[in-house]
Amino acid sequence: MKIKLLAAALLVLTANAQGADKVKIGFISTLSGPSAAIGVDIRDAFLLAVKTNGGKLGGLPAEVLVGDDQFKPDVGRQIAEKNVKVDKVNFLTGIVFSNIMLASVPIAFENKLIYVSPNAAPSPMAGKECSPYLFVASWPNDAYHEAAGQHATNRGYKSAYLIAPNYQAGKDSLTGFKRYYKGNVVAEVYTQLGQLDYAAELAQVRAAKPDALYIFLPGGMGINFIKQFVASGLSKDVPLIVPGFGDDQDIIRPVGEATLGLFDTAHWALDFDNAANKKFVAAFEKEYRRLPTVFAAQGWDTAMLIDAAVRDSKGKIEDVEAVRKAMRAAKFESVRGPFKFNRNQMPIQNYYLRVVAKDSQGRLVNKTIGTVFKDHGDAYVQDCKMK
Amino acid sequence: MSWILIAEQSLNGLQFGLMLFLLAAGLTLVFGIMDMINLAHGSLYMLGAFLASTFVQLTGSFTAGVLLAIPATALLGMALEVSVLRTLYARDHMAQVLATFALILIINELTRLVWGSDAALPMPGALSGPVELMPGLPYSAYRLVIIAVGLAVAVLLYFLVTKTRVGMLVRAGASNREMALAMGVNIRLLFTLVFGAGAALCAVAGAMLAPLLAVQVGMGENILILAFVVIVIGGIGSIRGALVGALLVGIVDTIGRAFLPILFGVFFQPRAASAAGPAIASVSIYLLMAVVLYFKPQGLFPARG
Repeated sequence: MKIKLLAAALLVLTANAQGADKVKIGFISTLSGPSAAIGVDIRDAFLLAVKTNGGKLGGLPAEVLVGDDQFKPDVGRQIAEKNVKVDKVNFLTGIVFSNIMLASVPIAFENKLIYVSPNAAPSPMAGKECSPYLFVASWPNDAYHEAAGQHATNRGYKSAYLIAPNYQAGKDSLTGFKRYYKGNVVAEVYTQLGQLDYAAELAQVRAAKPDALYIFLPGGMGINFIKQFVASGLSKDVPLIVPGFGDDQDIIRPVGEATLGLFDTAHWALDFDNAANKKFVAAFEKEYRRLPTVFAAQGWDTAMLIDAAVRDSKGKIEDVEAVRKAMRAAKFESVRGPFKFNRNQMPIQNYYLRVVAKDSQGRLVNKTIGTVFKDHGDAYVQDCKMK
Repeated sequence: MSWILIAEQSLNGLQFGLMLFLLAAGLTLVFGIMDMINLAHGSLYMLGAFLASTFVQLTGSFTAGVLLAIPATALLGMALEVSVLRTLYARDHMAQVLATFALILIINELTRLVWGSDAALPMPGALSGPVELMPGLPYSAYRLVIIAVGLAVAVLLYFLVTKTRVGMLVRAGASNREMALAMGVNIRLLFTLVFGAGAALCAVAGAMLAPLLAVQVGMGENILILAFVVIVIGGIGSIRGALVGALLVGIVDTIGRAFLPILFGVFFQPRAASAAGPAIASVSIYLLMAVVLYFKPQGLFPARG
């Protein structure tokens, strides 16, 4: 009797394992604290994509377990462990910041579980430390800065003044800019993390008279800088260039009119004229009554990428090699237009020049005005041993 | 390096110092007189900015919005004092730090529920551009207004504290609380009023700085550290100390950021200079604090005798 029961239980278990009846996703993101805006955008778009798909991903009912890492690497790691070991999720995704991702995702890789990044893509993971279980649905960390450097070169700016916070990502960003900027770098200024007042730096910029000013100042620092830059009157003399997230909707909202005429570089914009994007923007605005940011676009695409991988692996989501193969093919309609994976499973895609302008309803939005890179990969792929 | 640049940077230092003074004045009043470490001071600063943003939108006038935000924040502050903080006076500083840190988290998330994670407070149109102070020295008109408001607040506080009866009670409370109690001063009422005044100063700071700084959840924590440095340098509980401390911090920080990297470039290899310059500049105010405390452990103008 006992043996029969056990056999029956086993049968049920194996049956479950073969034809999965649902797909479980561990979504870890920064959802509280001062840095929560990005994570909230990604989560909102991800959940909206699942909802628009009728609650399904790749034809299977989707269950998304949302966890808040509170901007702490150790908390992110704990949630990842629980998702992998207790909840037995099929995919892990959601993390915003590189430092939290580096702490949290190795547990997924060790357990042969796919992590799809909706944002962070640190350079080591594109090169030496590339993993078969890592897919990046956003852009390599350097890419926006490289595109900004290329834009400054294209414009023929003879000299550029660069400002970034004094930490690793700040230095990486300016390295990315300089990789494609052919002019003369007048100064490379590293400011304090979380700096409030930029009057001293602005006075130095005015004295240096550069042809262009590039800043990488994420979050509140950028809001402070742009407000003060415009108030100082420098905006009349020096063109300011920022990376795409530096003047997206989450910066435009608090800064207001001062963002008008700012140039930036990004892989996506609100006004992209493809069917997937029109559907996404309309659905997002209807659901949340605000305009989506690049981060929201990344969250949506992450869900659509998982959708395609589950669909094309014919529901065999326990077979990680089959899912990987399906995901590498990336057969989904990205809101950014053309998209494919590089050998290191980082995106190869276009980057565009955008400018903040008013749309037909008088709202401040980013408008696409040109293409900076076509089919652009990253500088680290040759260090990746993966085939 | 021209003398115009040096003049501009000195003005920047003065301006940044007065920005910090607006926040430090309230903090030093509360800390010095009530002997209460209030980490949630930054939260009141944030509330002041968010309230100002709402009122400016409602009234359509920057001045009216700021003037409404000040009493509103003072009322919120007094409500906070009566309901929560009052129970903490008898506790030690560690308990106060823990409790007011919890308040930071609670107020942050409440603010997010009410306003969202950020708010806009545009600069009033007439002040949004630069003015030509001297030929070749354009300066942000709004920053000049901040200098004026900072100086006005300093004068007003000086008058209140040294020339009025309430000010006398406040000074008595700061220099010897037990004696003031024994002389029949209504400390409860005095504390509520002082806390309200501190909150009002937070609102002035929050509303005046909002057009230059990000109005977002968590904006208070960043600036609070600087405000603490200011009052420790100036001497806890002393308004005069807060003003001098704020000006010192503002000028040292600005000059450090502006000229240290250049100075290092003269003496060291460019590579070492570009690494050491910003690093030293960012700790310059803490070096200043260490030096001041070495010679004057109670700060420059200690309130307690």
